[in-house]
Amino acid sequence: MTQDPHNPRLDLNVIADLVTPGSRVLDVGCGDGALLQLLAQTKNVDGRGVELSQSGVNECVAKGLSVIQGDADTDLADYPDDGFDYVILSQTLQATRRPREALRNMLRIGRHAIVSFPNFGHWRIRTQLAIKGRMPVTGNLANSWHDTPNIHLCTIRDFVELVDELGAHIAHGAALDRYGSPIRVNAPWWIWNLMGEQAVFLLERRAPQK
Amino acid sequence: MTNFSHAQQEQSGSVGKTVTFSSDQGLLTDGGGAIAPLTLAYETYGQLNQNKSNAILLCHALTGDQYAAGVHPVTGKTGWWDAMVGPGKPFDTDRYFIICSNVVGGCMGSTGPASINPRSNKPYGLDFPVVTIRDMVRAQLMLIDYLGIDTLFCVAGGSMGGMQVLQWAASYPQRVFSAMPIATAAKHSAQNIAFHEVGRQAVMADPDWRSGRYLEQGVRPEKGLAVARMSAHITYLSEAALQRKFGRKLQDRSAPTFSFDADFQIENYLRYQGLAFVERFDANSYLFVTRACDYFDLAADYGGVLARAFKETKTRFCVVGFDSDWLYPTSDSRSIVHALNAGGASVSFVEIESDKGHDAFLLHEPMFNATTRGFLESAAAARGLRDNRK
Repeated sequence: MTQDPHNPRLDLNVIADLVTPGSRVLDVGCGDGALLQLLAQTKNVDGRGVELSQSGVNECVAKGLSVIQGDADTDLADYPDDGFDYVILSQTLQATRRPREALRNMLRIGRHAIVSFPNFGHWRIRTQLAIKGRMPVTGNLANSWHDTPNIHLCTIRDFVELVDELGAHIAHGAALDRYGSPIRVNAPWWIWNLMGEQAVFLLERRAPQK
Repeated sequence: MTNFSHAQQEQSGSVGKTVTFSSDQGLLTDGGGAIAPLTLAYETYGQLNQNKSNAILLCHALTGDQYAAGVHPVTGKTGWWDAMVGPGKPFDTDRYFIICSNVVGGCMGSTGPASINPRSNKPYGLDFPVVTIRDMVRAQLMLIDYLGIDTLFCVAGGSMGGMQVLQWAASYPQRVFSAMPIATAAKHSAQNIAFHEVGRQAVMADPDWRSGRYLEQGVRPEKGLAVARMSAHITYLSEAALQRKFGRKLQDRSAPTFSFDADFQIENYLRYQGLAFVERFDANSYLFVTRACDYFDLAADYGGVLARAFKETKTRFCVVGFDSDWLYPTSDSRSIVHALNAGGASVSFVEIESDKGHDAFLLHEPMFNATTRGFLESAAAARGLRDNRK
């Protein structure tokens, strides 16, 4: 599939591929409902959404999606355990006030969590900071430092460490290039961390028993 | 469905359509009373389609009535939801069949405390059984059965009407395809009960109330009821809206009069609201409908767990709250949403930004309009309703 390199949500198809057909999905920060709609059409999922903006919620409701106005920081705590097969947080983790709590809640509510985020370890970002001495501004992270909703940026390495701390297991991980295609080389983490503009992870609650 | 062979269709001018259920088909109330015969006054808009799948029941708020849209035959003003109901509006009468009935205990044609008690041949007054939100919904169900409608496409309403929506969804989930509880709560708060009690005490303190027997004595507790309305009206507005509309502006004068005249515009406004209200509303009816709200606590019927009220429901919900509503704050809406989520229901929730307070649901709010339209259209697609407007 050809993708628009200027589309900041290149990760949607990659995420959709991780979801088992017919499952129950909660999309946290679902925006205008593009992913939920994609999942409903291609995977026949029973989808629910949480979205902060009134216009986003209205767009979702008009599409027939079940979406609640709220956010990952305040509203996930109210969801019962095991209500969903997948809880998805796409391109939102870095904008939450307490990413750790958000992840913990996701793994409580869903059997799986799918998280995508812009990788702050990408070489272009590192270069901007190192050479220019300025806070990086890229296609994925288009706001200047004083104007950005992204208050908790992390690198792929940082994220993997947090997943470890939470006792979760990474069932699948992919670094995406600027066109949204997974980097298909069997590379060590530091390569992914350098080359991936975005990352997508499928997490499970516990590491499988050996 | 119950067969109402004895139900009588009537057409009496001032209250539009009515149906009367005879003595043996009356309403047994939660409080152990019986209301028989039972008359329900209702209004309909639009056309019921052939397989009766496009019916929407609108539930009116505390002092509303069956005249949701168009010109009200008694007051001459537009109906309470004229902003939302009509051709091309979100509750599109070109597409849906809209039903709205006056609640039992009301005073616009449905049996209430001003109706004649068949036992005494005098107005019921306080002998009218205290009714609950569930009693109101039971009466509405009788009407829906009488109209031959199996499943309502949508039940919608705000405030006390929203309580009825929640009760419908909990009591008769298989008969409610979609539900819109708006600016409402699953239980009446202590603060809400307190405001209602102030209103009731104002009515009862009026010497013309006569222990509720004023109709026989040819008087009406207008002062008390007006005060009740004035205090209630404040709760329907927000501080921001009051400030924007009135501030400290004086009424037709340039300086305070150092008297107790209505110097301030807000005073004049509230006095007008009080006077206009007593012309159309029965004081005892006000006591009964406020009481019905006070007794509402949906979770209490389900072991204190609201989620159980909606267990395994197939109904599609759209819960709406307004951020400046302090009478039914959006935290109340969120409690409903959490319960629906816990029950696995299909639920959307929108918190509409508005500075108009609780009354916002009655006014033209573009985002609320868009939410309602979108929700109904997607539900209509899911219900397989043909769009006959093209």
